Amino acid sequence: MHDLYLQNLAENKMLKLLVCIKQVPMVTELPWDAKNGTLKRELAEGMMNTACKHALEAALQIKEERGAYITTITMGPPMAEEVAREALAMGADKGVLLTDKDMAGSDTFGTSFVLARIIEHVCPDFDLILCGTQTSDSETAQVGPQLAEELDVPGVCSVEHLEFNRRTLRTVRLSDNYLEILEFDLPGLITVSTQQFAPRYVELKGLEDAFNKGDVAILDGHSIGLDADCISANRSFTNIQDVYSPIASKKNVVLKGSAKKIVEHFLSRYEDKLSGAIGKDLKAQEKIR
Amino acid sequence: MTGKRRSIWVFGDYRNFFQNRVTLQLLSRAVDLAAKINAEVCVVLLGYEVEEWVGEYIAHGAQRVYVYDHPSLKDYNQEIYVALLERLAQEHSPEIILVGATSFGRELASRLAKRLKTGLTADCVGLDIHDDGQLIQTSPAFGGNLYARIVTPEHRPQMATVRPGVFQEIPHNYNASGEIVILKIPDDLPRPRVHLIHSEIKSRPAQKIESAKVVVCGGRGMGSKNKFKNLNELARILGGEVGATRPVVYSDWADSECLVGQTDKHIKPQLLFSFGISGAIQHTAAIENSDFIIAVNKNPNATMMKMADVAIVADANQICTALIKELKKRIRC
Repeated sequence: MHDLYLQNLAENKMLKLLVCIKQVPMVTELPWDAKNGTLKRELAEGMMNTACKHALEAALQIKEERGAYITTITMGPPMAEEVAREALAMGADKGVLLTDKDMAGSDTFGTSFVLARIIEHVCPDFDLILCGTQTSDSETAQVGPQLAEELDVPGVCSVEHLEFNRRTLRTVRLSDNYLEILEFDLPGLITVSTQQFAPRYVELKGLEDAFNKGDVAILDGHSIGLDADCISANRSFTNIQDVYSPIASKKNVVLKGSAKKIVEHFLSRYEDKLSGAIGKDLKAQEKIR
Repeated sequence: MTGKRRSIWVFGDYRNFFQNRVTLQLLSRAVDLAAKINAEVCVVLLGYEVEEWVGEYIAHGAQRVYVYDHPSLKDYNQEIYVALLERLAQEHSPEIILVGATSFGRELASRLAKRLKTGLTADCVGLDIHDDGQLIQTSPAFGGNLYARIVTPEHRPQMATVRPGVFQEIPHNYNASGEIVILKIPDDLPRPRVHLIHSEIKSRPAQKIESAKVVVCGGRGMGSKNKFKNLNELARILGGEVGATRPVVYSDWADSECLVGQTDKHIKPQLLFSFGISGAIQHTAAIENSDFIIAVNKNPNATMMKMADVAIVADANQICTALIKELKKRIRC
């Protein structure tokens, strides 16, 4: 199977798809510092960002329909190799992980800069780049369009449907209450909406194989020709001054005890709030009875 | 023109009612910020036959409106809009550029920041000026669990997108005056590579749960598919809708339309009951705008419990059952 891919690839029959995939922390697993509401991020367990998974699914559907070679591109700490392998289990052909301490803390400007350099290094003749619309940890939705700018290719964000006509890609999206059909010629970039392309389920066996045999190339800045000065000059134009938890300021009343006691207490204490929201007067009804 | 006075720019986003509101809200904040750094408030407006917006923006605090009014700008177009803004910003070097965090605005700001080689903070929920004159941009992360205060120390303009509804627009002042600068589209703009084939107004069918005043959400902590059905009864009594986390939908305890677990789908009920939900990021991002949250979980340290106004440490199903019983006594249903 793999040989056939490479042969087809050599004959330029197949689309070369790149999917950018980020590993994000599972927030529930994060240890909290209750005093200042910060997260001990280095202890986080990671998962593939949901929107990236939808982008990968879109790529996999293209592959099934018309054949494609899918390379995933990931930037992150060494443990991010997990998501590259998960992508292989879902059906990607190759994973690339760039891990470099000098790049930690990159903002979207820096991230899109480095992603572009990785792509120029590993697959400069790509046909289409697919990114998730946004990540769950920083939620900027900036990396996709900034990567399109960095590579100077046409791009469309929040795509919900796509259709190829030779080298032209027709995309459909719903944004700001406008349904738009937009077309561009490859190569280009799309970000994929989580409204469509629900990701497929991965069998455990597939995961095992991907972790044992899958092809994941691990690179650092030096190996793609970036020196430390260049990285630091483009790493981040924004500085995080401090981080705080808005929820730490909530009252957070804690109720304990037997279910009956809690419910009685809760209903009497928050009767007004409840009545207001449901539009029924709890007390009055009680009196009628 | 002095060319020396600092300026704060707001992108004139007007394509629909909602987009126009965020522009007016940004103008209101820009007026406050401008007072602190002695800057001029400007709007950049692109489109075709956009005169009515010029007047509206001046009435809402713009001291100057740069206008590109041309048939070729009739439809919103990222490539042309970005190219024009890039040139204008290079010519005038604004101190700050604010863009509404609409779908179009977020993409436009991303592209523009890249071209201007400057920082951009997404989806701000607060903007202020630091004592040293820098723009402090407050941006949520981790589904609203954290806010980060961000500055752009060395690059200009300082750019931010801002969520709709964060700031209050100021009332119309039809006596306000402002300078209108009509600009001509340069002949040498690059040809767009993305072509708009079709465009029509169409909103996503609103799901009941997104506009519900009361939502009863359940997670795996409900225990089983059968116990999860209790939530339907509670929601019925409260006149609310049922929501479910992703694991619950995947386990087929609830229909996929109940899913509250996507970062781009938000609910904002007055009352949110959260039963047996630990608080994965996709879920907390979707519910962060709820007014009042009651969470029930055996684990007092679950993220959802920390986010709640009332955190009930108990078995989710037992509380649900007891609530149904008590409410039935009080409400005839």
